[in-house]
Amino acid sequence: MKNKYLKGAARLAGLASVLPLAGCEWDILDPKGPVGDQLKTLIVESTVAMLIVVVPTIIMACYFAWKYRQTNTEAEYLPKWCHSNKIEAAIWGIPTLIIIYLAVITYQTCHSLDPYRPLDAEATTKPLEVEVVALDWKWLFIYPDEGIATVNQLAIPVNKPVHFVITSDAVMNSFFIPRLGSMIYAMAGMQTQLHLMATEAGDYLGESANYSGRGFSDMEFRTLAMPQDQYAAWVEKVRSSSDQLDDQTYPRLAAPSEAEPVKYYSHVEPNLFDQIVAKYNNGMVMDKSTGKMIHVQSAMSDMNMKE
Amino acid sequence: MLGRLSFADIPLDVPILVGTFIGVAIAGIAVLGLITYFGKWGYLWKEWLTSVDHKRLAVMYVVVALLALVRGFADAIMMRTQLALAYAGNPGYLPPHHYDQIFSAHGTIMIFFMAMAFMTALFNFVVPLQIGARDVAFPFLNNLSFWMTAVAFALINVSLFIGEFSQCGWLAYPPLSENQFSPGVGVDYYIWAVQISGVGTLLTGVNFFVTIVKMRAPGMTWMKIPVFTWTAFCASVLIMIAFPVLTVAIALLGLDRYFGMHFFTNDGGGNQMLYLSLIWTWGHPEVYILVIPAFGVFSEVVPAFSQKPIFGYATMVYATCAIMVLSFVVWVHHFFTMGAGADVNAFFGIATMIISIPTGVKLFNWLFTMYKGRVEFHATMYWAVGFMVTFTIGGMTGVMMAIPAADFVLHNSLFLIAHFHNVIIGGVYFGYICGMNFWFPKVFGFKLNETWGKRAFWCWFVGFYFAFVPLYVLGFEGMTRRLNHYSNPAWHPWLLIAEIGAVMILFGIVCQVTQLYVSIRDMNLAENRDVTGDPWNGRSLEWSTSSPPPPYNFAIVPHVHEFDAFMHDKENGIDTRQAGGPYQPIHMPKNTAAGFLVGAFSFVLGFAAIWYIWWLAAIALVGVFATVIARSANQDVDYYIPAEEVARIENEHSRKLMAQAAE
Repeated sequence: MKNKYLKGAARLAGLASVLPLAGCEWDILDPKGPVGDQLKTLIVESTVAMLIVVVPTIIMACYFAWKYRQTNTEAEYLPKWCHSNKIEAAIWGIPTLIIIYLAVITYQTCHSLDPYRPLDAEATTKPLEVEVVALDWKWLFIYPDEGIATVNQLAIPVNKPVHFVITSDAVMNSFFIPRLGSMIYAMAGMQTQLHLMATEAGDYLGESANYSGRGFSDMEFRTLAMPQDQYAAWVEKVRSSSDQLDDQTYPRLAAPSEAEPVKYYSHVEPNLFDQIVAKYNNGMVMDKSTGKMIHVQSAMSDMNMKE
Repeated sequence: MLGRLSFADIPLDVPILVGTFIGVAIAGIAVLGLITYFGKWGYLWKEWLTSVDHKRLAVMYVVVALLALVRGFADAIMMRTQLALAYAGNPGYLPPHHYDQIFSAHGTIMIFFMAMAFMTALFNFVVPLQIGARDVAFPFLNNLSFWMTAVAFALINVSLFIGEFSQCGWLAYPPLSENQFSPGVGVDYYIWAVQISGVGTLLTGVNFFVTIVKMRAPGMTWMKIPVFTWTAFCASVLIMIAFPVLTVAIALLGLDRYFGMHFFTNDGGGNQMLYLSLIWTWGHPEVYILVIPAFGVFSEVVPAFSQKPIFGYATMVYATCAIMVLSFVVWVHHFFTMGAGADVNAFFGIATMIISIPTGVKLFNWLFTMYKGRVEFHATMYWAVGFMVTFTIGGMTGVMMAIPAADFVLHNSLFLIAHFHNVIIGGVYFGYICGMNFWFPKVFGFKLNETWGKRAFWCWFVGFYFAFVPLYVLGFEGMTRRLNHYSNPAWHPWLLIAEIGAVMILFGIVCQVTQLYVSIRDMNLAENRDVTGDPWNGRSLEWSTSSPPPPYNFAIVPHVHEFDAFMHDKENGIDTRQAGGPYQPIHMPKNTAAGFLVGAFSFVLGFAAIWYIWWLAAIALVGVFATVIARSANQDVDYYIPAEEVARIENEHSRKLMAQAAE
């Protein structure tokens, strides 16, 4: 009776540990870009390495408990036995070897998958620049080179690397497109960076992965990965919008709102992103190429914060 | 006069809360009425509420922990039900304002008032008995610690009916928790509840550190200390180092909120990441504070029910100490995604993985304790084996998240939620319930019902997998934590399965309550009574005294010859009790109302400060200081139990032992 339960438990546990590997259709395990691809490989490899210890451990837990049950008087019983140098060496040694292996791939992937590191593709292709601002409770995307901006919709060309620079003009959020790969925090007064690329056209969920208050659940955006010509057409569509983003319209957009619909802005005040960062730093912002603090000329210098 | 408190702050418009209030009020009146009817107020006050006896404080801590479990679980099942409903345009039944309070309260209550209180209960009951001491080093502080924890828990529950609770998650990250974004009283309830209970926990850490260092029975050198006490020692060290950091972090947040300072604000030079760094400097050791004592419980239970000494005792001690040290160099793994450099992330990622080595070693030690033993499938042992299976999986997913690059897609997802419930339920909770089943007869003199214990285990064990394996999947599907509603239909079936799991766990809790009821009903049956004080053929000193132990624990302080002191004595025919004396008068601490009063004043201080009722806060603060000064000036704090009384109690126990042996 009891052993049946235990075997069932072992089966359930084994199933639970391999389930994540089986789901090839899940967002993280079905990535649409090179960053996500590498992350998937990393997750699968590290999981397999750990299963080398984990599966035997679970089997041993169930087998030992069953084999040496009190009613099984035929099993060997050593009431005083409690030390073995061989076993000690194995139980320290084998996990150590696996952790050394994992440490090596950890160090390598920390560098190769560093969100700040330009993608390999950027050696040949100039990346699309996108500035991201997390607001209460929507995402603002500024395309500085095109001079346009959108809310809650991010369009990117397929097979073109994208360089995101990210900040927040409210509380902390985390910028995350599960199908493409890494996330990074969006923090007021600070800029973080992220390099991603889509290799397949599609409509992917984007979200905030850090809880930010009342309107958090609706703080979603669509990521539209499209061929270059469609992307050009999309840019033209945004340019035809009658709305513009400047020191008059930005504060209205930045005010808290929930489940904000998609918005297009045909023109964005230059430097808007830097001004948003700088207003929390006495008008200073870090220059991304030199790392030095520089002063931002701001039309929004009188755009005071709530506090 | 009442600060910002007004009648409008009573949430009469939320039917769930009004219903809860009516339920709590009826239950409260019933309990108070029964105490009055049976005339037990004097007994309760003199023998329990003012008690400095570590054994009674342990029982009161468990009562707080179980109440917190019920409250925290009610929050949990409400969340699961909301997410089972709220998809594809359906808003569910909990609007964000209410839902956000629920997940914030769930985490805060489960960690600070369920797990911490339960852990302190086990410390209190087991440590002095295991080391052959008559009480802890500072019995009054022990009582004070309890009251600080209890009133802080009360304060959190007051927020249900007066005002609101925090909507910023269990760690209240700024800037969301700053006045600019959270102007209400919710975060202030959080701040005061955490600060008040933090004082209690810090004092507990100091108390048990000193107790274990100074009060061990003669002959109990460091490498003869039972493993549970070792884990209590390591956890106490962690508490003493980590909790002051929590106090400072929350105090700085309080300064921001109360005095308009700018430690963590967006503007004025504040930096939110400073808060994250501080809170996780406490927060990561905190999870080890919780789980290390659970490891200690298994290290007592597995040998007892395998009828064999623990495998690799020295390794076990070194592994525990290694975990204790390493737990302080991993905190950045909670925010790899802030954009630190690759080398910083690699350091903290690898440091985190290294912890899995000593943790794995401990697991193997329990396995090899069962190996070539005689494993008795007692309900207690079910929790231990269930832990070994479950915790292994939780450890693996933890290492996955320790790889910074992998964390870039798993961070803050439901994968994370599944991981830490995997280690906190599968490790901490299974461990504490295992310990409760194991030491219950020592506390009360009768055993817990095994049938209901096993039923509770199976509901929890299977329920856990149903509730949390879907969350692992949802993490891979890109679902983040703390969502109130969602539009992705692929998530819905998994959330329905998780809801089924939550209902199974509900049955588990019902089984546990039934187990308590049945055990109390049948406490006088011969097979349930623990006459000898040693129901499991135990190995350490707590089993050498009677169940429940006399107020002084040991009439004659035992002499320790070996590790597994009591087993050694039994095998060598040594009478650990030294029955027959000669007995000396025993010096004991007197009960005191001071801890209760400081607690009560702290409660009033917290409540008044939350609502800006400054005159009341001032009175309460004066009350705290006056009580402490009065207590310090009081010289009448101890008494002696006469030798004749000790002899009477001991001879009574000896007579029972002989009657039992004659049967």
